[in-house]
Amino acid sequence: MAAPSKRGVYRRILKQLKPYSALVALTIFLALVTVAGNLWAPIIFGDTIDLIVSRREVNFEGIAYKFILLACVIAATCVAQWLMNIINNRITYEVVRDIRSKAFAHLQVLPLNYIDSHSYGDIVSRNIADVDQFADGLLMGFTQLFTGVLTIIGTLVLMLTLNWIIAIIVFFITPLSLFVAKFIATKTYSMFIATSKIRGEQTAFVEEMIDNLKVVQAFNHEEENGRQFDKINDELTKTSLKSIFYSSLTNPCTRFVNSIVYAAVALSGALTLIFPSVLPIAFSAGKLTTLLSYSNQYTKPFNEISGVVTELQNAVACAARIYELIDEPAQIPDAPNAKELCDVKGDVSFEGVDFSYTPQKPLIRNLNISAKAGQRVAIVGPTGCGKTTLINLLMRFYDPQEGKITVDGNDTQNVTRRSLRLNYGMVLQDTWLMQGTVRDNITIGAPQATDEEVIAAAKAAHSQNFIMQLESGYDTVIGEDGGNLSQGQKQLLCITRIMLCLPPMLILDEATSSIDTRTEMRIQNAFAKLMQGRTSFIVAHRLSTIKEADIILVMKDGNIIEQGTHEELIAKGGFYYNLYNSQFAK
Amino acid sequence: MRKLLKYLRHYKLESILAPFFKLLEAAFELIVPLIVASIIDDGVKGGRGATYVVYMCLILVALGVVGLISSVTAQYFAAKSAVGFAKELRSDLFAKMQSLSYSQIDGIGTSRMITRMTSDVNQIQSGVNMVLRLFMRSPFIVFGAMIMAFTISVTAGWIFAITIVVLCVVVFGIMLITIPLYKKSQANLDKLTASTRQTLVGVRVLRAFCKEDDEVKHYNKENAALCASQKFAGLISALMNPLTYAIINVGTIILLYYSGLEVNSGSLTQGEVIALYNYMAQILVELIKLANLIITVTKSFACAGRVSEVFDLPSEISQGDGFVAADSKHYIEFKNVCACYSGGANALTDISFTVERGQTIGIIGGTGAGKSTLVNLIPHFYGAREGEVLIDGNDVKDVGDNQLRAMCGVVPQRAVLFRGTIRENMKWGNPQATDEQIMSAINCACASDVVASKDGGLDAYIEQGGKNLSGGQRQRLTIARALVKQPEILILDDSASALDYATDAKLRANLRELDYNPTVFIVSQRTSSIRNADKILVLDNGCLAGIGTHEQLLENCQLYREIHYSQYEKEGA
Repeated sequence: MAAPSKRGVYRRILKQLKPYSALVALTIFLALVTVAGNLWAPIIFGDTIDLIVSRREVNFEGIAYKFILLACVIAATCVAQWLMNIINNRITYEVVRDIRSKAFAHLQVLPLNYIDSHSYGDIVSRNIADVDQFADGLLMGFTQLFTGVLTIIGTLVLMLTLNWIIAIIVFFITPLSLFVAKFIATKTYSMFIATSKIRGEQTAFVEEMIDNLKVVQAFNHEEENGRQFDKINDELTKTSLKSIFYSSLTNPCTRFVNSIVYAAVALSGALTLIFPSVLPIAFSAGKLTTLLSYSNQYTKPFNEISGVVTELQNAVACAARIYELIDEPAQIPDAPNAKELCDVKGDVSFEGVDFSYTPQKPLIRNLNISAKAGQRVAIVGPTGCGKTTLINLLMRFYDPQEGKITVDGNDTQNVTRRSLRLNYGMVLQDTWLMQGTVRDNITIGAPQATDEEVIAAAKAAHSQNFIMQLESGYDTVIGEDGGNLSQGQKQLLCITRIMLCLPPMLILDEATSSIDTRTEMRIQNAFAKLMQGRTSFIVAHRLSTIKEADIILVMKDGNIIEQGTHEELIAKGGFYYNLYNSQFAK
Repeated sequence: MRKLLKYLRHYKLESILAPFFKLLEAAFELIVPLIVASIIDDGVKGGRGATYVVYMCLILVALGVVGLISSVTAQYFAAKSAVGFAKELRSDLFAKMQSLSYSQIDGIGTSRMITRMTSDVNQIQSGVNMVLRLFMRSPFIVFGAMIMAFTISVTAGWIFAITIVVLCVVVFGIMLITIPLYKKSQANLDKLTASTRQTLVGVRVLRAFCKEDDEVKHYNKENAALCASQKFAGLISALMNPLTYAIINVGTIILLYYSGLEVNSGSLTQGEVIALYNYMAQILVELIKLANLIITVTKSFACAGRVSEVFDLPSEISQGDGFVAADSKHYIEFKNVCACYSGGANALTDISFTVERGQTIGIIGGTGAGKSTLVNLIPHFYGAREGEVLIDGNDVKDVGDNQLRAMCGVVPQRAVLFRGTIRENMKWGNPQATDEQIMSAINCACASDVVASKDGGLDAYIEQGGKNLSGGQRQRLTIARALVKQPEILILDDSASALDYATDAKLRANLRELDYNPTVFIVSQRTSSIRNADKILVLDNGCLAGIGTHEQLLENCQLYREIHYSQYEKEGA
């Protein structure tokens, strides 16, 4: 999926803002009021100073009038600014909420292909960090870009009316500070790159060594590590001193330009006051004060805007990443005439199925399996042979490219995913429990189940005992990723939740990692109870499971290379025979 | 933070000069309004004319130049001491981390240690930098402006003082109120992160149970809560700008009113009024800077606190005085050993057994039975809580960790290799090892095909974590690395799990033939790996459930039988 063009992203952002157009209009109006107030106040202050000339030359009546005016202007500005801030916050946070909602809802319909092939960290950071960065950019854009531009224009216009000579001087000197800032930024850029490269190196080293600190200590390797670390550390120190120092020059330099502007305004202002006849400009000490405070204010929005521009560029890049996620094509929706699978007996068959994750690497070719209702199908084979792929196809996490999979004679592509999946009970080897109580986890497939039903299921799955030993029994909250439960206990809970809804077909993935022997036996018993009368597909590692299966599918490199019962396959003396001998015989 | 200040000791001069030059710059800035006042009072109104004005404006430019020079100097010194500070801090921190004991490492967790080392130290560095640059400057300008106001007019000075107090109350008040509010929205954001992760990690199960709609509903609820908390925090922090603006302007109005009175009575000039007006404007900018600085510094303090915690960990590495001759019948002996996890629960309870030199010991049991803990006690990676672990009659805790570890070759469960060539990795076992020694260790570990399959043989480059090798290849190389050491005691902590049965058997045969005849501990979950051991320890939940040879245990240990027959069928045994 190509990244959307920058222009496209801007258009999308505007579209996103559409429901808030009334608020946007209002915030622009409020920004106008704020800027007008900000610019007007110094003029009134200047006028006031003109009324305070010298001894016995103070016009108190005029001052009182100016103060009332000032109070009104300031009050209006404050209220406008506050409202503007609130509205900007509201627009930003609500837009962000909308985007996150949309992205999350989209995650639910993305094909597993996408989720499997992207790191979780990347997707999470798009939905969290990128959206946050986007929000920051949007907020700054609203609060500072509008007001900044308006302030610059307003200041220029007002300076022109107050004293056009000074205005022109300021107009030409001020951009100097921008140039200086820009110059320093480009010069330091390469230093920052160098610093972050070395920092990356250091982080990699630290990660590697700290992550494996136990090995480091076991080999008494600390001193050597210390030497290597100090070497990188010295380099880092050198480059970061440069980059920090040079980048910190921006502020003093722009301040310096500012003070030049200030001096120029003071000089030209004072000279127009001394030689009033040369230039026909009505000028006063108060007006000079106004101009001086303008010249102080005038450079600020320039600096802010250059900050906002970087921030906005960042925000647009982040927005692009989010839209990329949202635009990722969803899984093909259920056909409009898809029917609901009901009263499933459990005849499952694969007919000429071709499948691959990437077109370049064909995996499964012309696969044919037929399992009658109630049969046990054991799938065996070396790692990477495609056992998990079969599960993916059965559950329609992935769809085959050719051929069809049928349940009771119905092509699974023509039934709703929902009804198909609800008819399967799945226990995977990498047990996953959601955050919530034990009860929440057990009733995930049957939210309406009563306590009696839950307990009955737990007893059947041999999990009742350990659940009762937990701190608050069924109400014990399980943390992220199962928290403090052992692997075996987690698997028992996963079996319990299937035991509660008892679907007619099962997919079981036996654990390879060894669980303590007693739990292991419980799990085996629970599995056996589950499988009674149900069509079961078992990714099998245990000999007993394999031997009791009605059909053994021996998979290698995505193909079923042998099919039959244990005795048949042993008699055949093929791949299974060898596998059996290498793994299970002495 | 105070504890960390010692890392500035080599940068004392810099740390004093930086704020000093900053003050200098600030002082020059404070003079500017006075000059402007003089331009108006003396130049324009007092009739000293254009030459005086030009002269004064040149002084303004000169002040700018001097200010620039001082602040550049200050920035340099600040950067230098901050960077130097961080360098020494990092170096010490790394050394400290390397000296932590296994249980301390478990307690902190590696990901947190990495964060301390990287982002926390960086945050502290920028904190030091900012403090040196701004902590003196901002208050100096604020109070400097006030003092200047006092020198011009006492009344004006008081107006300044009151304005500053009110401003401080508002700025810091709003900060105090909003910081916890922002923390709350951060917590809400963390919830969203967790939900997003959950929906990805659990995608198969969630879809299998058709939970998509519930997930969306749940997420939208949390999302709405986040939005509400952000808006509420925004509502209050949105007050900051308008309120400070109002205060400063009201202050200015009052200032001008009193100035009007004083000018009228002749004790103040118009130029001085303008100077006061300018000082007022300077206060606000610096006060806002100060508030932001305080946020940065608070963050740095939090980071410094976390880093100090690492430094505060007691040293648990035993120095020891080596082996002393002791009367001992056995080479290694465990006497009623108990060990516990950092959580406090017992990992091992009352373990006693003896080992003779050159024996092979098998250790078996389910996950969490305490197998790894047991072998980790031998090189004193963990200490026993009760009882004694003796080697040649010496308690391992008194021997000294370096010496102990030099004689033990450990192959950890997780097969870890480091970035670098195969040879560099092998030399971890013995920096002086020759290529022949390395190759013979590699042969013994059945890893010669790994070396042969890589371009460059021993010079082949291994990527971080050994990513360019398979699990089995990594395991064999880690075994070879331990063998390069020619250890007296070799500990294989479930480190042959990725090897096929034939290779596993070959490896064990090779180990038996080593001429230096090491004592070998093999931890395994497969009975096939340990059935030929001289002695097998069966662990169940931290207790010794059986001890003896394979045949003895089959005879009289229920658990061992269960384990064995779950892997082999009865008739296959």
